[in-house]
Amino acid sequence: MPDPILQTRGLDAHYGDFQALYGVDIEVGEGEVLAIIGANGAGKTTLMRSITGLLRNGPGQVAYHGQDISRLRADEVAARGLAMVPEGRQLFPSLSVRENLMIGAQVARSGPWDLAAVYKLFPILEERKDQASTSLSGGQQQMVAIGRALMANPDLILFDEISLGLAPIIIKDIYTALPGIIGEGMSAIIVEQDITKALSVSRRVYCLQEGRISLEGMSASVSREDISRAYFGIE
Amino acid sequence: MNLQDYTVSRSSRAAHIAAVLAALTLIVLVTAPWWAGRADMRLMGELFLYLSLATLWNLMAGYAGLVSVGQQAYVGFGGYMLFALTMFGGLHPLVAIVLAGVLGALISVPVAVLIFRLRGAYFAIGTWVIAEVFRLSFAQVSALGGGSGSSLPVAIVRSLASGRAMREALSYWLALGAAVLVVTAVYLFLRSRQGLALTAIRDNELAAGSLGIDIWRTKFIVYVVTSAFTAMIGALIFLQKLRISPDAAFSVNDWTAFVIFIVVIGGIGTIEGPIIGTLVFFALRETLADLGTTYLIVLGVVAIVVMLRAPKGIWGLIRSRYDLQLFPLGYRVQHRPHSKEP
Amino acid sequence: MDWVNAIVQGTLLGGLYALFAAGLSLIFGVMRLVNIAHGDLIVLAAYLGLTVTTATGMHPLAALMIVVPVMALIGYALQRGLLNQTLGDDILPPLLVTFGLSVILQNALLEVYTADPQKLDAGTLETAGVSFGGLTLGVLPLMTFAVAIAVIWGLQWTFYHTALGRAFRAVSDNQDIAQLMGLNRRHIFGLAMALALGVTAIAGILLGIRTSFDPSIGGGRLIFGFEAVIIGGLGNLWGTLAGGVILGIAQTVGAKIDPGWQLLAGHLAFLIILAIRPNGLFPRVSG
Repeated sequence: MPDPILQTRGLDAHYGDFQALYGVDIEVGEGEVLAIIGANGAGKTTLMRSITGLLRNGPGQVAYHGQDISRLRADEVAARGLAMVPEGRQLFPSLSVRENLMIGAQVARSGPWDLAAVYKLFPILEERKDQASTSLSGGQQQMVAIGRALMANPDLILFDEISLGLAPIIIKDIYTALPGIIGEGMSAIIVEQDITKALSVSRRVYCLQEGRISLEGMSASVSREDISRAYFGIE
Repeated sequence: MNLQDYTVSRSSRAAHIAAVLAALTLIVLVTAPWWAGRADMRLMGELFLYLSLATLWNLMAGYAGLVSVGQQAYVGFGGYMLFALTMFGGLHPLVAIVLAGVLGALISVPVAVLIFRLRGAYFAIGTWVIAEVFRLSFAQVSALGGGSGSSLPVAIVRSLASGRAMREALSYWLALGAAVLVVTAVYLFLRSRQGLALTAIRDNELAAGSLGIDIWRTKFIVYVVTSAFTAMIGALIFLQKLRISPDAAFSVNDWTAFVIFIVVIGGIGTIEGPIIGTLVFFALRETLADLGTTYLIVLGVVAIVVMLRAPKGIWGLIRSRYDLQLFPLGYRVQHRPHSKEP
Repeated sequence: MDWVNAIVQGTLLGGLYALFAAGLSLIFGVMRLVNIAHGDLIVLAAYLGLTVTTATGMHPLAALMIVVPVMALIGYALQRGLLNQTLGDDILPPLLVTFGLSVILQNALLEVYTADPQKLDAGTLETAGVSFGGLTLGVLPLMTFAVAIAVIWGLQWTFYHTALGRAFRAVSDNQDIAQLMGLNRRHIFGLAMALALGVTAIAGILLGIRTSFDPSIGGGRLIFGFEAVIIGGLGNLWGTLAGGVILGIAQTVGAKIDPGWQLLAGHLAFLIILAIRPNGLFPRVSG
């Protein structure tokens, strides 16, 4: 396995008195696509919030490109080339489509992605560029959210539940497009409840259960039984 | 672990001791006219009135989430009602004080209907506008001296008690009585069903609403009751001062800024907080008053530091260290060791 | 003609109130902060103008070149050093901290400048007037109104046509996600406060040229600005200008009826509008 671009070591996370993650260890290789699956409330979104710096971490728990980023603020993490497509899309309602994309370029990293490249990938967004982001359909909003993350030209991109609340046909389109989007040299973490979709695009998979890693394996070779056991905790 | 090892109770040993101490203190305070000097009695009288204002403001801001910077509206209103009712209505001052409270409640109803339309911080400034409207309106009443104000006629002052010593003692007892009344009333209110509803709203407005608590009505009641009491305290304040003017009656510094500082420093959202805050405030004032404006700057800085570093004030710090509650409001779960089981 | 004159003068006065309100409106829009010390900061700007003009002999309007950046710096420092610590779901900390700040500022100004009323000397500008269809309009009020329009236009343009404005709106919409996009909200809030106090500096200088001021008048200026914001409708800067104008007209017309009624009439106009249109006259259409 190549050198990890991202590594968590004994990552814990708390909301007040409630502990959401217990000593989570994950690794993402350079150029690798990783899937993280798990039931509702297993800690997937918490893991994303910890990695991106939205939650406060203990020292030494998250490393990016071999450097400790666990104490950095989310904007500092973003500036180092880690972007996220958040759960529920979370576009800025008072910004137009174009402005939402421009906000993504705020970190000003160089790379292949700019407005023209995003419009080429999703031509409908160019037609709608001056509309309020809230006026778009769910699928189009997801395109804006993906485009917004790409505009940062990240090395690692996190997709949090991108199929949530979308029609099956649109989910299919997005997953068909995903390998092309992730492209050369970029690494990705795909967080999903839809296990089949997640396994189809990833190289390796982790399963989270009640805040702990319950399974780790190659996406192509994990068995259904292993996943069921890891997912639901049924022996 | 066994569920029977735990008891749920409201009172505690500390609360019992506190109650006994409070009763003893009260007896000592009631006898003050026989052992305290005139200046000390004046100071204590003023302290009790500030304690009352602070307790009332704390009920609104600390429990009902109604942060007002315009309570001077009701202090001034009560003061002016005392003057108007005694001078033109011919009422005895004590009757006028009670009536000032009733009128304060009445006028607060339309005010609440209006300013409850403003949310959160804008509500705060709205209360200030109301206080300004009151101040400007009373400044227009020439019978009450207009902008320059007026003094309470000697005959009315005499009607309270003929001798000066007796008047001062009465004035002191009224202030003490007001403080005891206000603190007790707020304490009993918070223990009542309404009070529990209030605490529920403070802790989670959304959940409280879904539990069927009428949030608007509960806040409205708190606002009206607070206004009534504040107007009565205002009447007492100006009975002590014997002179009233719009600027003194509706002073944001005297009747709101100091009160807020007292509550914040003592501990907002606790009954003990305003008591401690008042004692600290007067201690600071008596030692630093010579500094003039610097004293106010110091007070402002202390309040800001407390708000940021210890948002529950001095009482919060004490309570977190010793798990004390002198005015038991919540129920507490206590562990009973097995050996004491019968 | 007297009544027309009162209305026109009131309209122009409304420009000053809109300037009081613009900073208040801006910071509420970006970070939902209501700054109780806003009025005292206006007065602080007037006093800074006084210090600059007396020290250098500059014209008060030229002093803007110093006072505006100084106030902006104070704003940034204030936000990052103090006010950012108060932001959250609880409304008590920002309210009580800015209230404390208001008392501190007021008394610090008393300490430095005493309670004596002061005025900025703008020479002939104060008395210059132009005749217009039988009315005599002061050049200063006209200029104030023009400045108010320019400032609001400028803020509007900044908000909707610059990267900074985009960042303001993004942070206002969703702080967490904005942070994920590489925006440091603490810095953005600092910039918003800097911009707001820059506008406040202009308001303070124009106030100081128009009338005399002393350390105690901050509360009143806060209230005028607040009334203009609520009358116009939250989140609408042009509405704020309209709100200022309505407040100004109510005051001058009230003063025309009885000089003692000037301020009262303004407050009553505010309360009437709050009673019949609680969201203001021109609330921002959501969406």
